[in-house]
Amino acid sequence: MIATVINKAIAQGIPLLFGSTGEIITEKSGNLNLGIPGIMYMGGSCGVIGAYLYEQAVETPQAFWCIVIPLLASLIGSTLAALIYSFLTITLRANQNVTGLALTTFGVGFGDFFGGSMTKIFADGGNLSVKTTADYFKTTLPFADNFGAFGEIFLSHGFLAYAAVIIALLASWFLNHTRAGLHLRSVGENPATADAAGINVTKYKYLATCIGGAIAGLGGLYFIMDYTGGSWTSGGFGDRGWLAIALVIFALWKPNVGILGSFVFGGLYIAYSYISGLSRSAVAIFNMLPYVVTIIVLIFTSVRSKKENQPPQSLGLPYFREER
Amino acid sequence: MKAAIELKNITKTFGSVYANKNVSLSVNKGEILSILGENGSGKTTLMNMISGIYFPDEGQIFIDGEEVIIRSPKDAFKYKIGMIHQHFKLVDVFTAAENIILGLEDGKKFDIKAAAKRVKEIGERYGFIIDPMKKIYEMSVSEKQTVEIIRVLYRGADILILDEPTAVLTPQETQKLFAVLRRMRDDGKSIVIITHKLHEVLSLSDRVAVLRKGEYIGTVNTAETDEIKLTEMMVGQKVSLNIERDEPENPKERLEVRHINCISREGVPLLKDISFTAHSGEILGIAGIAGSGQRELLESIAGLQRLNDGEIFYHDPKSGKVENLRDKTPMQIRDMGVRLSFVPEDRLGMGLVGNMDIVDNMMLRSYRKGKSVFLERKGPRDLAEEIIERLKVVTPSANTPVRRLSGGNVQKILVGREIASSPTVLMAAYPVRGLDINSSYTIYNLLNEQKRRGAAVIFVGEDLDVLLELCDRILVLCGGKVSGIVDARATTKEEIGLLMTKLQEEGQNNAE
Repeated sequence: MIATVINKAIAQGIPLLFGSTGEIITEKSGNLNLGIPGIMYMGGSCGVIGAYLYEQAVETPQAFWCIVIPLLASLIGSTLAALIYSFLTITLRANQNVTGLALTTFGVGFGDFFGGSMTKIFADGGNLSVKTTADYFKTTLPFADNFGAFGEIFLSHGFLAYAAVIIALLASWFLNHTRAGLHLRSVGENPATADAAGINVTKYKYLATCIGGAIAGLGGLYFIMDYTGGSWTSGGFGDRGWLAIALVIFALWKPNVGILGSFVFGGLYIAYSYISGLSRSAVAIFNMLPYVVTIIVLIFTSVRSKKENQPPQSLGLPYFREER
Repeated sequence: MKAAIELKNITKTFGSVYANKNVSLSVNKGEILSILGENGSGKTTLMNMISGIYFPDEGQIFIDGEEVIIRSPKDAFKYKIGMIHQHFKLVDVFTAAENIILGLEDGKKFDIKAAAKRVKEIGERYGFIIDPMKKIYEMSVSEKQTVEIIRVLYRGADILILDEPTAVLTPQETQKLFAVLRRMRDDGKSIVIITHKLHEVLSLSDRVAVLRKGEYIGTVNTAETDEIKLTEMMVGQKVSLNIERDEPENPKERLEVRHINCISREGVPLLKDISFTAHSGEILGIAGIAGSGQRELLESIAGLQRLNDGEIFYHDPKSGKVENLRDKTPMQIRDMGVRLSFVPEDRLGMGLVGNMDIVDNMMLRSYRKGKSVFLERKGPRDLAEEIIERLKVVTPSANTPVRRLSGGNVQKILVGREIASSPTVLMAAYPVRGLDINSSYTIYNLLNEQKRRGAAVIFVGEDLDVLLELCDRILVLCGGKVSGIVDARATTKEEIGLLMTKLQEEGQNNAE
């Protein structure tokens, strides 16, 4: 029983982990991308569309293409969305909050429009389902069952779940132990200093935002392919995008802390279903738990005000070289 | 001796203003050269052209006898030139070592430990004390400066340019820095230090180059000069401006500042035991190197700066009552019936709201008038129209946002608004900065008008010629202290120049 709960918490946490890792990389460049919920939604929708078109186009879908096509479609969709954000905020210096919120609205609309259209055209108003593809995504390690509870908790996930953890670990390593990581952090902390040191601020901001968007988009793909088993429903993604942004704060802008944080959030998110006799309003209160925890973390870090645990100093601010 | 850098006929303009005009000077190998000049004499601009921040409009730069083109700080590093700016460019949450290697692409493996080791080595070589793993935000100002200097040395710079390096240091730290700089000179490096402190020039440098209003005046060997000669080179001959000046009529004590002290949040003293009296019907000038406490002084009178000690008394001309303004907010001061007007240095930051039109800016002074919930716009509109007409403000209409107007017109609106309330005390900080000649004279006339009306006018200025001709008395600030109050009709430029720089030297001697 407890193993099942943890397994579910992890599965629930993986999309948040993708989202928060992507957002941390983005924020380290000083860009506060509030478009992440929209980007994740687009990433998921593009993946489904890619998978569906492939499944329709061939008699017997091949495992390799079933993985690669949705993966590419998702990456392209979310990167393009992040590129829109980058162009508006970095090149045109639009307000980051407004641009991000607009992108979220746009991303959700984009996903609903194309997903809905495809449901209407192909599935005739029924469920848009890509079960074949989803099954490949859900394939777990063959020997998972031999390890009892350990196997159920840690080994019985689709490959994207492991990818999420590995990407988060890599991101932590990249930020703290590489030259490019140091440069990226300096861009988010103090772009004028980075600029004076000869670092191409614009390049780092674009790359971080687009790569961050691509990673976040995978969270949407995981949700549809693995978590829901390949059936697309309008609005099914819920508020997970915002949870991912809350997780960034909870993890204190550290991707490796985000791994643990995502499992905690996932557990809190589904806690209500394991407590019997809850009324609907009580469920709503339980759904708030991750946000409550985030607020508590915010209060604690603000009170302690340790510099390392604060957001990047120039987060949300546009940069342009001062000219006299 | 061989020249490390030679500048020939360098000219740089910003718009129509000459920042540097035909400057030619050279820096030798293994010497410390001071660049001396008043504020705005073009010292920093000139050095910025060597370090790649600006590009000269005209002229040539030679390094080791060969002509070079420096377009960016990266180019400057290629020629082994490094500049330490007045405002440090460091990332707070990084360690010293991380800041030092930031942006450095040396093709080697990224290894912070090896870098830290080299940082320590460089420190030991020149006598710096540095902990490479310490975070910047835990450092004192002098430690941060050390990081900046080592960053430059780490990249192999042979020519170091320091922009007012002692402005933020204590006397003890200054001595340590000088010792390090001398060691670098003995190591064969060329050092250029930008400063306006005469005693530092004399104690540290081998040669002194003097700039005045963007022009190169000359270079002298330090051993062959003294303070008086350098001051003369720095301030130049007196220029006659023909600003009208009446004798003060029936001057009476109006504002009495007694022993005020003010300490910044970081614990640095900003004002030290300042006392003076401003009289009605006179213009009291305040002179001093930028950042000597002018801003803090005016703000403490206006109720914007908390004092740690001292009193500010206001003598009411009507009732004859004496009131203490200390620790009062601007609102309380106004409610006490004190008609205090303040033209701040930062016109569009503190004085006016750039995005609002002229009428709305007038209302910043009068919004509390009237009892209705709706604003009364007639009065402010009339005032705006009056100011536009009387001061000849060039504007499409009274409804134009003030940020779209030129500097002179913005200042006319601000001064116009401030004098409209017929103040008994008028304080103006650098009111003619950036203004053309005609607008400047308009402002001088307005100040004189207030003086004749019987207001106590306090004028903070930077141009000594103006101070000498406009004011009745001049108070000279130096390092947050009053270094002298002189009669403007009897004093000379040299005397003020010396007062502006001298006290610090005495203070330093006392501290040691």
